[in-house]
Amino acid sequence: MLRLLNIEYYKLKYNKASRVLIIIYFALLSLMSLFATIKFNIGPIKFHLAELGIFNFPYIWHFNTFVASLLKFFLLLVIVSMVANEYSNKTIKQNLIDGLSKKEFILSKFYCVIALSLISTFFVFVVSLILGFIYSSYTELTIVFSDLEFLIAFFVKLLGFFSFGLFLGMLIKRSAFAVAAMVVLFLIEIISYGIVCGINKGTELADRIYQFLPFKSLWNLIDEPGSRLSAVKEVAAQIGEDLSYDYSVRWYEIAIVLAWTALFIFLSYRLLKKRDL
Amino acid sequence: MAYKCYKLESILTINNLTKKFGYLTAVKDLSFTIKKGNVYGILGPNGSGKSTTLGVVLNVVNKTSGDFHWFDGKISTHDALKKVGAIIERPNFYPYMSGYQNLKLVCKIKGVNYSKIEEKLKIVGLLERKDSKFKTFSLGMKQRLAIASALLNDPEILILDEPTNGLDPQGIHQIREIIKQIAAKGTTILLASHLLDEVEKVCTHVVVLRKGKKLYSGRVDEMISSNGFFELKCNNQEALVTLLERHNSFSKIKVENDLVTAFLTEPMRSDDFNKYLFEKGIILTHLIQRKESLEEQFLQLTDNQTNQI
Repeated sequence: MLRLLNIEYYKLKYNKASRVLIIIYFALLSLMSLFATIKFNIGPIKFHLAELGIFNFPYIWHFNTFVASLLKFFLLLVIVSMVANEYSNKTIKQNLIDGLSKKEFILSKFYCVIALSLISTFFVFVVSLILGFIYSSYTELTIVFSDLEFLIAFFVKLLGFFSFGLFLGMLIKRSAFAVAAMVVLFLIEIISYGIVCGINKGTELADRIYQFLPFKSLWNLIDEPGSRLSAVKEVAAQIGEDLSYDYSVRWYEIAIVLAWTALFIFLSYRLLKKRDL
Repeated sequence: MAYKCYKLESILTINNLTKKFGYLTAVKDLSFTIKKGNVYGILGPNGSGKSTTLGVVLNVVNKTSGDFHWFDGKISTHDALKKVGAIIERPNFYPYMSGYQNLKLVCKIKGVNYSKIEEKLKIVGLLERKDSKFKTFSLGMKQRLAIASALLNDPEILILDEPTNGLDPQGIHQIREIIKQIAAKGTTILLASHLLDEVEKVCTHVVVLRKGKKLYSGRVDEMISSNGFFELKCNNQEALVTLLERHNSFSKIKVENDLVTAFLTEPMRSDDFNKYLFEKGIILTHLIQRKESLEEQFLQLTDNQTNQI
């Protein structure tokens, strides 16, 4: 396993585009702390994001993993080009001739996906911890380390998303088209979701079906955190809207995404095995 | 050492291999064995299934039926490939890495010590350019890097697929010199090519393919089994042709302008032949005895097959 990871790291290390994207990604992750400095002064209303409580433990785990997962697109480009470039340079052929088995080839890519997801998760953990200790109103350890399941959800979310990218890269062999295909699939899912909601005059049935589809299942892992803010809740209460719902990470949501991950990796392997290079 | 010849280890065995791409059969029922220490050539015109055959045994093309095994057949193909050095068609490397970095990656995949890199770069004469990016290399340099890469693991067999394709004369010469050097060290070589003179000088054995079918396999010198031919000119052409046609030693007489080509069915020395003609009153102005080159043999072989089909 370490050998394969080492090979993959070596391939990425010298690729300038991938290196730049990875650096931008981690730079943006650390820039999350800049949210803390957002201050609006609209006449008499003073708005300071950090004081809204978004950096309070344990809410910060939810908020930061949600925001960080929006940045995953940068790493998706790295993953997709990592796979598609092997085709366009025909190095996949040379790798196999040099004695890498097809299974090892897919595994080396998958290990790389796992490694990038793990590093991102760890990075978000550290950034959140630091931000939390600076801005949080509560710093008791039992509170600090509660709700950590959001980090697990974050890891699984990246894993599923990147595996999807890996599969599309294997399938389509061209980075640009693979990313475009992902966007198209996303649009198909979201538009058909809207139609199903429209027909049933409600999201209940649509949610029940779409929780099994790739993008919705990824989205479900970490619910949007905005409505959980006390300030938002207060406003909602004033206009008579009840926003309280269950934010927690549910086991079956994780299971669905892990099933997709396994399917994507398996299909990538099948594809490579059947294909004549 | 002579007794060793009787038990040459086999390196690659192919049995009834068939590969179909849709309705097209690229390789049809192909069988041959490669023994250690020999230099093999796979000959065939473009599209005859050479690269497909190599692709199958190198694990990048899936076979339709038949089977093959490396060495004694006890190890998996991808493990066997770690003991094989191969380049297929164009050299494939990471363009953004330098020559040295690319070879280092191959070392990682094959599990070879990095100390080999400099040694092999020296053999192909790329030591000075080792830190240049692969994308800045000329085609000849890319091909030489590919050979260095194939040699990294000191392979039991070196597989070269059209190694001089697309190179300029200088590049072709460099590659051939390198191949000769390697062959001289006793490495088994399998060389696929449509250039016959390339194979003729290096190879001891040859497999001739056409449209995916094996036409001939065996020693190169046995393939050239004909007794050669005479090229003749004289002032009395008609008399010469009549005489030749009556003679039992000639199978075919070809007349082109004033040049008469007579193909032999049995060995005959040119001085005996000249004497015979002189006695019959024919005085030659031009006499050359030749053997067909492998190229002419090959064209004949493939042409015959076309006629039969």
